[in-house]
Amino acid sequence: MTRLCALATVCLLPLICASNFAAAECGIESGSVRVLSNDIDSLGVVLNEARQCVSDTVNVRINRTTEHKSIQVSALAIDPAIYSVAMVSTNTLPPLLSAGLVRPLDEYVEKYGQDLKPDQLIKIDGKTVAIAFMANSQHLFMRGDILSDLGIPPPKTYQEVLNAARTIKEAGIMKYPLAAAYEAGWYLGNEFVNNYLGLGGQFFEPGSAEPSINNPKGVQVLQLMKEMTEYMPPEYLTLTADDLKKLYLDGKVAIINQWGSMVNSHLDPNGAAPEISDATLIAPAPTLGGYDIPAAALWWDGFTIAKNVSDEDAEASFRAMMYGMRSSVANEHPNAATWLIKGYQAPEGAKGVLDTISSGGRPYPMNPFMGIMHAALGSELTDFMQGRESAEQALADVEAAYRTSARASGFLD
Amino acid sequence: MTHRSFFSFMLPSLLAMFLFIVLPTGSIIVQSFYTEHGKALSLAENCGPFGCEQTTHIDLAITEELREEAPLGKFNGLGTYLDRAHLAVDEISKIFEESESAGEVVSRIYNLPFYKALSFTIAYTFFATPLAMMVGFLVAMAVNNIPKKIKGPVIFLSLLPYIVTPLIGSLTLFWMINSNGIIGATLQFIFNDPDLSLKASPVLTWVTLIVYGIWHMAPFPFVVYYAGLQTIPQDTMESAMIDGASKWERIRYVVIPHLFPLTTFLALVLMMDNFRIFEPIVGFSAEANATSLSWSIYNDLNGQVDKLYGSAASTSVLTVICVVILLIPVLLRTWRSFKQKNPDGSAS
Amino acid sequence: MIIAASPADSKSNKTSVIAFALLAIWLVVAAFPFLWTLWGSFKVEADFFSRQTWENALYGVKTLQATGSAFTMDGYEGAWIDREFWRAFLNTAIVTVSVTAISLVFGTLGGYALSRSRKKYVFWILIAALVFRAMPHITLVSGYLMPFFEMNIWGALPTSIIVLVAINQPFTLWMLHSFFLSIPKDLDESAMVDGCTRFQAFRLAVMPVMWPGVITTGLFSFLLSYNDFAVTSMLLSQDNQTMVPKINSFLGTVQSDGAIMYAVAAVVSATVPLFMLVMFFQRYIVSGLTAGAVKG
Repeated sequence: MTRLCALATVCLLPLICASNFAAAECGIESGSVRVLSNDIDSLGVVLNEARQCVSDTVNVRINRTTEHKSIQVSALAIDPAIYSVAMVSTNTLPPLLSAGLVRPLDEYVEKYGQDLKPDQLIKIDGKTVAIAFMANSQHLFMRGDILSDLGIPPPKTYQEVLNAARTIKEAGIMKYPLAAAYEAGWYLGNEFVNNYLGLGGQFFEPGSAEPSINNPKGVQVLQLMKEMTEYMPPEYLTLTADDLKKLYLDGKVAIINQWGSMVNSHLDPNGAAPEISDATLIAPAPTLGGYDIPAAALWWDGFTIAKNVSDEDAEASFRAMMYGMRSSVANEHPNAATWLIKGYQAPEGAKGVLDTISSGGRPYPMNPFMGIMHAALGSELTDFMQGRESAEQALADVEAAYRTSARASGFLD
Repeated sequence: MTHRSFFSFMLPSLLAMFLFIVLPTGSIIVQSFYTEHGKALSLAENCGPFGCEQTTHIDLAITEELREEAPLGKFNGLGTYLDRAHLAVDEISKIFEESESAGEVVSRIYNLPFYKALSFTIAYTFFATPLAMMVGFLVAMAVNNIPKKIKGPVIFLSLLPYIVTPLIGSLTLFWMINSNGIIGATLQFIFNDPDLSLKASPVLTWVTLIVYGIWHMAPFPFVVYYAGLQTIPQDTMESAMIDGASKWERIRYVVIPHLFPLTTFLALVLMMDNFRIFEPIVGFSAEANATSLSWSIYNDLNGQVDKLYGSAASTSVLTVICVVILLIPVLLRTWRSFKQKNPDGSAS
Repeated sequence: MIIAASPADSKSNKTSVIAFALLAIWLVVAAFPFLWTLWGSFKVEADFFSRQTWENALYGVKTLQATGSAFTMDGYEGAWIDREFWRAFLNTAIVTVSVTAISLVFGTLGGYALSRSRKKYVFWILIAALVFRAMPHITLVSGYLMPFFEMNIWGALPTSIIVLVAINQPFTLWMLHSFFLSIPKDLDESAMVDGCTRFQAFRLAVMPVMWPGVITTGLFSFLLSYNDFAVTSMLLSQDNQTMVPKINSFLGTVQSDGAIMYAVAAVVSATVPLFMLVMFFQRYIVSGLTAGAVKG
C-alpha cells in the first residue's frame, strides 16, 4: 500500500513541477477544481490544459468516465457537490437544469469571459447556464470517385441520395451503397430526430410536455428511413457510427451521413484506407421534403458549474476552464474538434459541420423531456423498421411509451 | 449447533448482506410505489451557438415547492407496476377486446416492452441453463480422464469463455459473426447463402444469443462438476468396480448421485444468472430483436440521460418475483431434502 | 484415472476416443475466439475489425500498409503507456485479492454454520440469500450512489470491495454450504468429542479437507470481482478504476480513434495473470480431497 502511494506521488510530481508557470498564467489564487467529464479525447484536450492550473493553493481533480451521465445528478446534488465542474452537452445539461443544480454564470462571464464569443453562452431566460466550446453534427461523406465515374452530381437532398444509391447499385459497383447509424436504441432515435428536424417538425405541443409526433411529417420521416434501408446491409438495425466508419473505409458503402467529430479518421491520408480518404467529398447533411434545412441535429459540448460549491471553488473552476479553452489550445489541436472558441482557424475537415450549421441546421431540442422522447423513439421504431407494423402504429407506440415515462417523471399527469 | 455459535459464525455474512442487499432492496420496493413529484413547466427563451428558440423549461421555484410537499414523490400505489412499460393491464384488456384471432393477441402483447423482454428472458433461461450444464458435465467427465500433465492447460482453455469479460467477449464474437467475419462468412459458405446474416433476423438473433450464453456459462458447471468428481470417495468407486459395474453403470449409480447436490446448486445459480442476462444484448446490439428484464432496468437507469428510478424499481421487483416463481420447484426440492436430513429441524 | 484403468470394459477404448474427440471440439470452441483475439491484438483496427474480409485479420494487410510490418504493438503501447493501463491493473489486483479473501473468510464461516445447523431458519436464510441475489446489481448500485456520495466514500477502492463482497455473498455462501455438506459431520463432531471448541473443530478438522471447495469458490469469487462491471464502473473514480471499466472507456464513444485496439490488447494482457492463477491452483483442485480421504 505504501509503495503504491509512493508510486502515485512520483508520477504526479513532474506534472506539478511543470505546471508552476502555467498556474501563474491561470491567475487563480486558491480553490478546488473538480471536474466530471465524459471520457472522449476532445474533452481531454481542454481538461489537460485546465489541469495546468494546479498550484500549491489550487487543486485540480479530473474524473473522466463513460458513466458520467449516470452519476452527475447524484454527485452534484449533495452539498458540497463532489464536482465543481460538469462537462455537459446539449442532452446532458437538461437533467442538471431540471434538478436545479446549475449555477448562473453571468457574474463570471463578465469578470473572466472577455475571450468568449456571445454565441458560446448557453442562456435560458437571459441567464447563462453553461459555456459551449465545441460543436458537432452529422454531415455527408461521399465517394467522389464513384459519383463522378457515374456522372452523378454530389447529392444535396435525400431524394438525390436515394437516386444515387439506385444508380450505384444498378451499375453493380456496390450491393449496398448506403449505410446509416440505425442501431436500435439511441442511434435509431437520433436518426428520426435528425430527419424530423429537417422537416421543421415539432416534437411537443408548445409550452407543454404533450408529444406531437404522430402526424404526416413523422410518417414521412419513417417512410424515408425505411426506403433508405433498401440500399443498406441487412443488419442495418445493428449499425453504429463506428460500423459506418468501417463499412465506408472498407469500400463497402458510398454515401454516409456521419458524425463530424469522426472526420479525421475518414480523411486521414495515413489512415486505414488512404485511397478512399483521398476520394472522399464532404458536404452538409442532406435536406428532405422540399425544405432547405440540413437533416442533422446540431450539438454543442461545454461545461457548467455546480450550484452546491463554495463561491471560491466556483470561481477557480470557471477560470481554470477558461484557461483550458483559450484560443491557442484550439489552434494547437485544430483537428481534435470543431471548436467554437474565438480565433479558431477551422481546417478543411471542419467544413462539414460548419456548413451544416451555416446552412440552417437546427439544434437538438434542449428541453427536460427530450431525453425521454429520444429513448421512446429508439426502442419503439424497431418494429416498423423491420416491417412488422405500420408507420402510424409505430408513432402511436412511441407516444404511448413516451407518455408512460413522462408520467413517471412527473412531466405529465 | 447452538443458536449462539450459529449466529457468531454467520455474523459477518449476515451483516454485509443486510447493509448492502437488504436495506437497498427495501428502499427499492418503497421507491417502486412512487412516481416523481409533478413539475411546473413554463416557456422561456433558450439561446446557444445555433441561435435562439422558445423552449419549455421547468419552473424551478414552483417545482421546488412541490418537491418539499412530497420528498419521496407522488404516491402511485401499484400504478407503475400496471403501466404500459410493465404489466400493461389496460393495454392487454384492450388487446383482448379488439383482437380477432389468438395470433393477433400474442403478437400485440409481444409488442409491449415488458412482455417482449420477458419472453426472451424466459426462452434464454430455459435453453441456456440445461444445455450449459450438460456441456459442463461432459467436459468435466472428459477432463477427468485425461493425463494429469495436460490437465492444467486444458482447464485453463476451458475456462476462457467465462474469464474473458463479457463486454469484450461479445464484442469480438459479434465481429466474428458479421457477414464478413470469420464465423459469419463460414456459415454463409456452409449454407451456401450469401445473404445469411445472423444479426438481421429475430430468430437467428435469439439463437446466437443462446449459443453465446451456453458458451459463456458452460465453464462454470464444468469447474464445479470437476471439483465434485474429485470428491468421489475412491473406495465407493473401487467397490462398484469389484461388483462388476460397467462404466455407464458407475456413472449412473455412483457419479450422478454424488454430483446431485451440486446439480441443484448449479441449476439455482445458473437459472438466476441467465435470468439476469444483459451484457450480450448490449454487446450484440440485439435490442431490436431481443431485450431482457435486466436490460430494461439498465435502460431505465443508465441507457438514457434521464433516470427512471420508479420504473426501474418496479421492473426489479417484478424480476425478483419471476425468479422466485422460476425457482419454486428447486426450492421445494431443497426444502424436502432439508427436512429429510434434519428431521428434528422443527424442534427449534 | 480409475475409470480408464478398468479392464472390464470392452467399450472403454471406444468411449475414451469419443470423449477425447468431444473434448477436442470443446477446446476449439472454447478457446478459438480468444486465440483469434490474441492474434488480432497485434493488428491495426482496420484489419481486426475489417468489414472487407476476415482474412485481413489473419494476414494483416492494413497493418503492413500502416506500420510496415504484419505485427504491431500499437495496441499494447497505447493501452499500457498512453492510457496507463497498469494503474487499472494494480487496482484490479487490489480489488480482486481483497474481495476473494474477505468473501472466503465470511463465506467459510457462514457456509459451515449453515451446513451444520439443523434449525429451520437455516433454510430460510439460504432462501432469502437466494432471493436477494436475484435483485439485479444495477438496481442496487444506483441505490448506493446517494448515500455513498453523502458519506464521502464514493470512488474509493474499499467501498467497491465491501460492496462486491456483500453482493457476492449469497453465491459464496451457497457454494461453500454445498461443499461443506459433502464433508461428513462425524469429522467435526468427533473432534468436538475430543475436546475441541466449535471453532477449533471448524479450523482444525474441517478446513483441511475443504481446500478444493474453498479454492473452487475462491476462483469464482475472484472471477466475479475481476469481471464485474456494474459495481466498479459506477462506484469507482477514474484514478481507482479497475480493468473492466477501463477497457470499456477504451471502447468509449464514437470520438476516439483506434482506441478499440487498446481494448483488445488490454483484454489479452488481462488474461495472462488468470492463466498463471489457474495453472497454479488447478493442482490443488485436483489433488486435495481424494488424498484427504473422507473416510470419517
